[in-house]
Amino acid sequence: MRPVGDGPYLQVRDLRVRFDTEDGVVRAVDGVSFSVERGKTLGIVGESGSGKSVTSLAVLGLHDPKRAQVTGEILVGGRDIVGLAEEEVRRLRGRDMAMIFQDPLSALHPYYTVGRQIAEAYRVHHSGATRREARQRTVEMLGRVGIPQPERRADQYPHEFSGGMRQRAMIAMALINDPDLLIADEPTTALDVTVQAQILDLLGDLQDEFDSAIILITHDLGVVSQVADEVLVMYGGRVAEHGSAQRVLRQPQHPYTWGLLSSVPSLHGDADADLVPIRGNPPSLINLPPGCAFHPRCPHATDRSRVDVPELLPADEPSHLVACHLPEPDRLRLYQEAR
Amino acid sequence: MSLLAVEGLTKHFTARGGVVRAVDGLDFTVRAGQTLGLVGESGCGKTTTGRMLVRLLEPTGGRIVFEDRDITHLGRRAMRPLRQDLQIIFQDPYATLNPRHTVGRIVAMPLTVNGTRPPGGVKKRVQELLELVGLNPEHYNRYPHEFSGGQRQRVGIARALALRPKLIVADEPVSALDVSIQAQVINLLRQLQRDLGLAFVFIAHDLAVVRHFCQRVAVMYLGRIVEIGERDEIYERPRHPYTRALLSAIPDVAKLGQSEGRIRLTGDVPTPMNPPSGCRFRTRCWKAQDICATEEPPLTAGVACHFPEPEGAP
Repeated sequence: MRPVGDGPYLQVRDLRVRFDTEDGVVRAVDGVSFSVERGKTLGIVGESGSGKSVTSLAVLGLHDPKRAQVTGEILVGGRDIVGLAEEEVRRLRGRDMAMIFQDPLSALHPYYTVGRQIAEAYRVHHSGATRREARQRTVEMLGRVGIPQPERRADQYPHEFSGGMRQRAMIAMALINDPDLLIADEPTTALDVTVQAQILDLLGDLQDEFDSAIILITHDLGVVSQVADEVLVMYGGRVAEHGSAQRVLRQPQHPYTWGLLSSVPSLHGDADADLVPIRGNPPSLINLPPGCAFHPRCPHATDRSRVDVPELLPADEPSHLVACHLPEPDRLRLYQEAR
Repeated sequence: MSLLAVEGLTKHFTARGGVVRAVDGLDFTVRAGQTLGLVGESGCGKTTTGRMLVRLLEPTGGRIVFEDRDITHLGRRAMRPLRQDLQIIFQDPYATLNPRHTVGRIVAMPLTVNGTRPPGGVKKRVQELLELVGLNPEHYNRYPHEFSGGQRQRVGIARALALRPKLIVADEPVSALDVSIQAQVINLLRQLQRDLGLAFVFIAHDLAVVRHFCQRVAVMYLGRIVEIGERDEIYERPRHPYTRALLSAIPDVAKLGQSEGRIRLTGDVPTPMNPPSGCRFRTRCWKAQDICATEEPPLTAGVACHFPEPEGAP
C-alpha cells in the first residue's frame, strides 16, 4: 500500500486531544506536531501524564469520539484520518499501521492459539486468502521474529509462551500485513534487560527489512538513545524539545530534558556522586501550571515563564525545536555550566 | 563481624507439575552500615530472598543469622523484638499503605504495634520522621491518595525508619516511579544510609540504579549467586559471562546507539522448575563446554564459573 508522492509517511499537525471529565477539561495533548519518514524511528519520551500514549492512540484513531475530542491533522500516507469514519480507520489499522503494547498478554486472547490469532489478523485484511495461505504466512512470520519451531509454536496458547516470546508473537501479529507505520508503546518495559536487547535488535532488523516508520514511546532514555533517529520530549501534553537524537540527547536545550538526563543513573561516571533530580512532581493535566508547564520545577524559570506558554522554535539548527523562554545563548551557557 | 549472614539459604515451592527451586543455596553477608545489591532478571529469586530475610517467607533450608542469632525458624512472637532492627520497603508504595489511615497513623503503626513510647510522644516522632524523608510534617493528617507516587514511597520509607532499624530490605523501591522522581528517592536513600549508618539489602533489576546505591553487589541467576563482589569490581571488571552480558544489554544514553562490544544472549531464562544441569547459565552461555553441563561451578573468589574472565581484566 505505497501511496503516491514523497514526504514523510506520517504527518501530525497541531494535534489536540481533550477529554471532558467531571473535574474539568483535560487537555491531554495540546498542539503537537511531528512527522516520521519510512525507515526512520521517532522516540517519544515523557513521564506519566506527559501525553505520549494519548498521542499514539490518536494516531491509531483509537480514541472514543464520545469521550475524546480530537482535532488537528493526522496524515497517514497523505490521508487525513481525523474525522474519518470509524469503518475506514479500522481498514487502515492493522494494514497500514499497527501497534505493539507493553503487555502482550492483554493483546493476545488466552482462549485461542497464537497462530490462529495471527492468521486472523492477516485474513481480516486479505479477504481472498485461504486458511492455508494465512497459516503459512503466520508460520513464516513467527520464524522471522525469531521464534524457534514456528510450526509447533503456532499451535500453542499465549500462556505457553515466555514474556519475550509473547512480545515476539505480538510483533509478528503487528507486522503480518506489512504495515508502513508501527507504533510501539513501551514495548520492552515489562521485559528483562537481556530480552529487551533482543527485542530492540529485532525491531531494528525488521525495520531495515520492511522499511516501516516506527514511533517508539518510552520513559527510558537509554532505549531511545539506542534506536531513535529523532526524539520528541513531551511535558504536560506539549512538546518541550524535538530534534535529532544526537541533538536532543547530546546538546539538549530544554531545562526539562537536562533534568531527565541528569536524573538517570548511568553505568559510567561517578557512582558516588548524588544524582541531580528534577524537584517536585510531574503536573496533573487537569490543573496544568500557567505559562510554561515546567516552570514550577525549573531552576531557570523567568517571570515570563509563569505567564506565557513558550512557542516551539528552532534553535541551533532548523530541525532542533525548543519551547523555552530563555534566550539560546543563556541555555547553551547554563547547560555547559551544569555539566 | 557481620550484621547479617546467610548460609545455604534455600526456598523451594511445590507447584503443580513439580518443585520450583526459587532460591537454591545462597551464601552472603552484610556488615553493619553496608549496602548489598541483589540484582538479576525475573525468576532469579531476588524477591524471594528478600522476603525470607525479613521472615515473610519460611526458608526450606539454610540459615539466616542476624547479629549472631539464628533467626531462620523463629516464630512470629519471637521475631517481634527483631522487627525493630529488620524492616522492608516494597516496590508499590500505594499497595502497602492503608488508604483509610492517615499518613501519621501509618508511620506511627510500627511504634504502636511494638509498644514503643518515643520521648516527646508518638506524634512528635512521626513528624520528625516525615521531615527526615523530605515530607511536610504538617501533612500528618492527610491520606495516601493525596500524595504522589514518590511521596508515597517516602511515607513507606518513614514507616520503615520508625523503629530505628539496623537493616532495611528494599525490594525494587524506585522501579515504579517516574525517572525524575526515582532520582529524588535514590538520593534520599543514600543520604539516610550515610546519616543513619543503615545497612541495606537492595533488590533491583536495574543495574544502573544499584551502581548508584550499593557498595557490594551480588548477581543472581535462577536461584543462585553467579558473582558477588565490590561495586567497582562488578561494574568495571565483571568476571562471570552472565554479569558481562547483563551489563552489556543495558541501553545507556552515554553510548547513543553505538553497538561495538555488545554481547547478545539468545533465548530466555529457563524455568526454575527445571533448571539446566551443571551450571544453570550454560544454555545461554557462549563459553559453555562439556564440563558446564555436568558440574555446577562453586562460588569461589566471588565468581561461580568454570571459565571466568581473568581477575583484573577490563
